[in-house]
Amino acid sequence: MAKAKDTVSRTLMVALVLSIVFSVVVSTAAVMLRPAQIQNQNLDIKTNILAAAGMFEPGASAEQIEETFARFDVRLVDLDNGDFVEPSAVGVDDPMKYDMYKAASDPAMSTNIPSSEDKAGIKRRPNVAKVYTLTENDQLVRVVLPVHGYGLWSTLYGFVSLEGDLNTIEGLGFYAHAETPGLGGEVDNPRWKQQWVGKELYNEDPTEPQIRLVKGGVSADTKDKEHKIDSLSGATLTSRGVEQLVNYWMGDRGFAPFLKKLREGEV
Amino acid sequence: MAGASAKQVLFEPIFSNNPIALQILGICSALAVTTSMSVSIVMCLAVIAVTSFSNLAVSLVRTQIPGSIRIIVQMTIIASLVIVVDQILKAYAYEISKQLSVFVGLIITNCIVMGRAEGFAMNNPPFMSFLDGIGNGLGYSIILLFVAFFRELLGAGSLFGVTLLPTVNDGGWYVTNGLLLLPPSAFFIIGLGIWALRSWKPDQVEEPDYKMSRHTTKEAF
Repeated sequence: MAKAKDTVSRTLMVALVLSIVFSVVVSTAAVMLRPAQIQNQNLDIKTNILAAAGMFEPGASAEQIEETFARFDVRLVDLDNGDFVEPSAVGVDDPMKYDMYKAASDPAMSTNIPSSEDKAGIKRRPNVAKVYTLTENDQLVRVVLPVHGYGLWSTLYGFVSLEGDLNTIEGLGFYAHAETPGLGGEVDNPRWKQQWVGKELYNEDPTEPQIRLVKGGVSADTKDKEHKIDSLSGATLTSRGVEQLVNYWMGDRGFAPFLKKLREGEV
Repeated sequence: MAGASAKQVLFEPIFSNNPIALQILGICSALAVTTSMSVSIVMCLAVIAVTSFSNLAVSLVRTQIPGSIRIIVQMTIIASLVIVVDQILKAYAYEISKQLSVFVGLIITNCIVMGRAEGFAMNNPPFMSFLDGIGNGLGYSIILLFVAFFRELLGAGSLFGVTLLPTVNDGGWYVTNGLLLLPPSAFFIIGLGIWALRSWKPDQVEEPDYKMSRHTTKEAF
């Protein structure tokens, strides 16, 4: 027994059989579990959108989340001119299926950001972004916009939710980042996020967002307090990253052209 | 280990022959995933599943494996199991799998799994190997949960996500110990744990590699 199993042909045979058996095992698991995984991912994104918009009830079931989310319209926006585009323009049949972060790495679907303008530290920006609008009685009440940018260790991905005036922030939340737990990771702290509610993006010029994360807190008599948020203690670089990514995405290289057209009722 | 009873095989690794505390294996993931109890528990279950089933599988085919490719055969078995576990977590425990991120995949490189496959399953019958896998998985788990208990309680003021010590950031009184949320703190806790364990079971203390000789030359003052 000891010698017989060490021949070359035997070795090749064992390797072959083993590879076949385990590739079948792995691919079966991957194929069978795929639908459940995709459902989880979609549900996760929807949960994050609702959370940013302040419409997520903790402990809500999957059906409740789907039901609330169904009130939103999912639209695709050309970031350069701010117009809505048809899903077919980016090669999908359902806007939900468009992945703007995948598009950002496709040269045909994204633009290089010159480093002088790259405040968010993302290098490439997709040409088309996915936005979520909520209309009630023909009145636009809420727009949720995806944002992302570099913090200290990682790219933060999140959503900013705006009220119908397209200036007042209704909430923000990050669903993926790897900032230091307890320091930069406090971007997830509900108390900190609560500060963003009611802040205003713009002064007179609707292309120049004015959000600032400041040290030392924001009180009732702080100058320009409607644009200021207390930065995270012990997390200067994460705070700076958050400030810059919000300002980048709400600026004229981000969603400002779209928000302008939306405000003026042109789209 | 030949002739060891099932009970010994299963329970020895928990305190007497703990893979982390005595064999000092699998430290890397013990640092990374122990910031909260719930994440650690899922990681423990994943590791127990992988060590036990890889031991079982390796043991079942142990007489067939040619010596020249035995490590790569074990690796293939372990890697496949880890992928399956990762897929299952993504499908049924999505939130947790997001927090564990790459560390589920890195179970492949966890030395405990490979160590038990090569060190035990290659020479022992399937059922015993399976128990050995569970036992070592449990030994790993107990240390992970021990570390996670202190890190979550003192670092975030909660256990299983339930706040026990209301933190200053949330308007309470407890100032969190930020160090405990960072990976190096697990080193301190594991170190203290090993100290405690070896004081309780002095036979685990290793022979010193060398002995310090007395300082003899008088140097400049």
